[in-house]
Amino acid sequence: MATQLKRTELIFKEYMDCNALMKNVMKMGRDAFIQELLDSGLKGRGGAGFPTGLKWKIVKETNSDVKYVVCNADEGEPGTFKDREILTKASDKVVWGMALAAYIVGAKEGFIYLRGEYKFLGTKLRIAIDRMENSIRALGINFKLELVFGAGAYICGEETSLLQSMAGHRGEPTNKPPFPVNWGYLGKPTVVNNVETFVNTMIIAEIGSAEYKKLGTKASQGSKLFSVSGDCCKEGVFELEMGMTVQEFVEEFGDGDTKAVQVGGASGFCVPRKEFANTIIGYEGIPTGGSMKVFNSSRSMYNILENYLVFFEEESCGQCTPCRVGTQQLLRGVRAVKRKEKPKSYLDELLKLANTMKYASKCGLGRSVGNAFKSIIENFREEIVY
Amino acid sequence: MNNTVNITINGTPLQVAEGTTILNAAKMLNVHIPTLCHHDDLCVAGNCRICVVEVKGDKTLVASCATPVKEKMEILTNTQQIRQARKHILELLLTEHNINCIKCSKSNSCELQTLALEYRTDEELFLSLRRESNPDMSSYAIQKDSSKCIRCTRCVRTCAEIQGVNALTMSYKGMHTIMTTFLDKPMSEVVCTNCGQCINRCPTGALIERNYIEEVWDAIYDPSKHVVVQTAPAVRVALGERFALRPGHRVTGKMVAALRSMGFDSILDTDWSADLTIMEEGTELLSRLKKALVDGDASTALPMFTSCSPGWIKFIEHIYPDFLPNLSTCKSPQQMFGALAKTYYAEKKGIDPKNMISVSIMPCTAKKYEANRPEMRDSGFQDVDYVLTTRELASMIQQTGVNVNTLKAENYDSIMGASTGAAVIFGATGGVMEAAIRTAYEIVTGREVPFEKLNIIPVRGFEGIKEASLRLEKVKPEWDFLEGVELKVAIAHGLANARNLVQAIKDKKVEYHFVEIMACPGGCLGGGGQPIPTNVEIRTARMEAIYKEDEKMPIRKSHENPEIKAIYEEFLEEPNSHKSHKLLHTYYTERNRY
Repeated sequence: MATQLKRTELIFKEYMDCNALMKNVMKMGRDAFIQELLDSGLKGRGGAGFPTGLKWKIVKETNSDVKYVVCNADEGEPGTFKDREILTKASDKVVWGMALAAYIVGAKEGFIYLRGEYKFLGTKLRIAIDRMENSIRALGINFKLELVFGAGAYICGEETSLLQSMAGHRGEPTNKPPFPVNWGYLGKPTVVNNVETFVNTMIIAEIGSAEYKKLGTKASQGSKLFSVSGDCCKEGVFELEMGMTVQEFVEEFGDGDTKAVQVGGASGFCVPRKEFANTIIGYEGIPTGGSMKVFNSSRSMYNILENYLVFFEEESCGQCTPCRVGTQQLLRGVRAVKRKEKPKSYLDELLKLANTMKYASKCGLGRSVGNAFKSIIENFREEIVY
Repeated sequence: MNNTVNITINGTPLQVAEGTTILNAAKMLNVHIPTLCHHDDLCVAGNCRICVVEVKGDKTLVASCATPVKEKMEILTNTQQIRQARKHILELLLTEHNINCIKCSKSNSCELQTLALEYRTDEELFLSLRRESNPDMSSYAIQKDSSKCIRCTRCVRTCAEIQGVNALTMSYKGMHTIMTTFLDKPMSEVVCTNCGQCINRCPTGALIERNYIEEVWDAIYDPSKHVVVQTAPAVRVALGERFALRPGHRVTGKMVAALRSMGFDSILDTDWSADLTIMEEGTELLSRLKKALVDGDASTALPMFTSCSPGWIKFIEHIYPDFLPNLSTCKSPQQMFGALAKTYYAEKKGIDPKNMISVSIMPCTAKKYEANRPEMRDSGFQDVDYVLTTRELASMIQQTGVNVNTLKAENYDSIMGASTGAAVIFGATGGVMEAAIRTAYEIVTGREVPFEKLNIIPVRGFEGIKEASLRLEKVKPEWDFLEGVELKVAIAHGLANARNLVQAIKDKKVEYHFVEIMACPGGCLGGGGQPIPTNVEIRTARMEAIYKEDEKMPIRKSHENPEIKAIYEEFLEEPNSHKSHKLLHTYYTERNRY
């Protein structure tokens, strides 16, 4: 199979003189670097895609003695495993990216919220943290970084839940506004970014926004790590430019019999074969945190959907009605249709409910349950009903 | 706030203060937005999502209770999407909810039911998720039925924010999310103080009081029983709310008439024993001061805490057991009454106490627990047999078919029915303090308190923690050790405030001689057994009524109550006598911390 996809090698590039980059940024000045970030078009790599430069700018400009930088390493989206790879192979870049953020916004403390299952990465990260702290002290920056471990709840990957969990509360989302940039950890302005985002800020510090922008498309600049799994000819973590179509992706990674690709994990969209060619992976099409699950024609889409819904029914934080009860109803609903206990028209009621969940849920979790549900029901209705 | 913003709601322009929520802004235009998890007394949760509205330009609907207005916000409260979302949310809640409404005591006053009727949810849109579960009946005071819980967290927030107790919490996640206690233990085994504030704020019937209505009717109808009833100060200013009267409408005489028509044999007043409490507690305070100041007894625990509020008592037993010696040993007015009903009253009226049933009408649920404490049997029987809340009394009156509004006011029976203004203010935060000062100051100095019309304003009002001091001058010779002493007092209501106050005392940041604490916000008038709903306006109206009741009383000082003088002459001899210690004082028990 001919390789058509534009591979990049930035995140895992072996050598990066973080110390020198930091010095450069200090010379350049805080505002100038924020401008660099804004120019680069870098958007949060966790999936929601908030412009990173803007986030840092808001926190920098918010008046507060105490500010925090938090790295969201609670990688929990089904089918995503790229942060683990980064933390294993490029932990220095992550902690330096955080130090960079701390320098820019004026934070003295930072935390890496590490998924509980990634505890084994703790030692490695602590070594990287010590190295970084020693170097920046010599640069005159006072920044302390600590590790915090999650306890296994998917919802804690949502930033407000993550902050709640860090503060020792029940891990559940809080109302927005206030946003973490104004009122985050312990009520202080807080930068919360994904592991990959922090690395990207270091890459921008190294190659500059002009070079960075050359990667990807107008709406989706830069490269992105993809966690590829499922029925594919090669699975693993790949760094690709954004803006490719699903077709291009499938041609490289599929097993030749690809029926559908789930872009963005359980909370993402299911793209059926007929849409491969005109679906772009990126902010102009389907944005993703990096999970790409490939399904071939041997797979039952009903089983896939049921599996996702079982996941959501368990992993909803349970506080808001649309999500807590909605997830249960969607699951029981499709089961009832499958067992012919409900007519197939009941699926239309469920689609309406999924719509309500999308518009009325409190946080991103409940709002995105409908994505997979809707895209699977609409494209594979016959597999659900019969 | 001086900054205002311009918004439109359904096209109508409006100028409101910055920071106002959409919900409150809509209220100004009389646009009603349904709510369930929202409560005026509590912090915003934004989790039921029934109050969603559309803000032009936003990708999703927003919770109006949790979203502050912004300049140029265009808000719509009635679109197809909103209506669909609200209907769906209701349907979803109903699929979890035990919908046996007709057997639920909150039927007709249930916020979920009201909305379900409004949205005509008569067909079941979705599948039933109802689970069988038995209500937790372990507590004497509070009944918890998970099958009716809508996870609004109003009770959890009440318990945490207003009471600082945290007996209730949300546990598990996703489909298993439920309001429960520490390790799912029964209510009777956890730190719950039985204050019932959760009941007052529960939108459904998930939390209600344990009711003893049938037991009381059985006693009334049993000819061999003499049923004595006492009514607490705060009941008379709130009962009317259940009969469509405005909050703060006093129904003292009508309530007495209703009780008589129901068949109670003796209708007596907890106010009487409130006056007695002042005599006992005031004397105890003075003797503690004497021990500390004259005898130099370092073991004398000061400040002395009041002990009228059973929610507070259980709280301190759980949370601050090292302060138990500071609690006044006086029983609460209810329990003093109970102990005397089956001794003094029985003796005077020639009734065999074993044929007596003692019922009390309380604004309180913690009193149900208090009456069942094993130490409250000093008469040789259970001193108070049944405790009914204001709400239960209202139900009983409704059952009799009596129209309270047309009843003619009647008087309490004697010899435990006369009371003073000092007693009725027990129902408001600061009231016990005011009553105690009125009496103690006069005992010590021989003069009335130096406040206009005896109204000790500094101890009144809704401030969470109040402080006051009063210098004792030109005292009577027998109290000369108090000459020039500045009596320092503090008052807290709501256990979260109480916790802060006790902690400050523990940390030695503040020093007092006497501290009054009431478990409920506003004191008993905001008690867990009072009519629902509750909010600041309603509590304010009740408080005003309490002070009005005080002002209209001919006698306003406890020590001048003729029936109190009589019991000391004929039965108890003097305050803190041996006999009163046996009947009117108690002891406390350290309890677990969770």
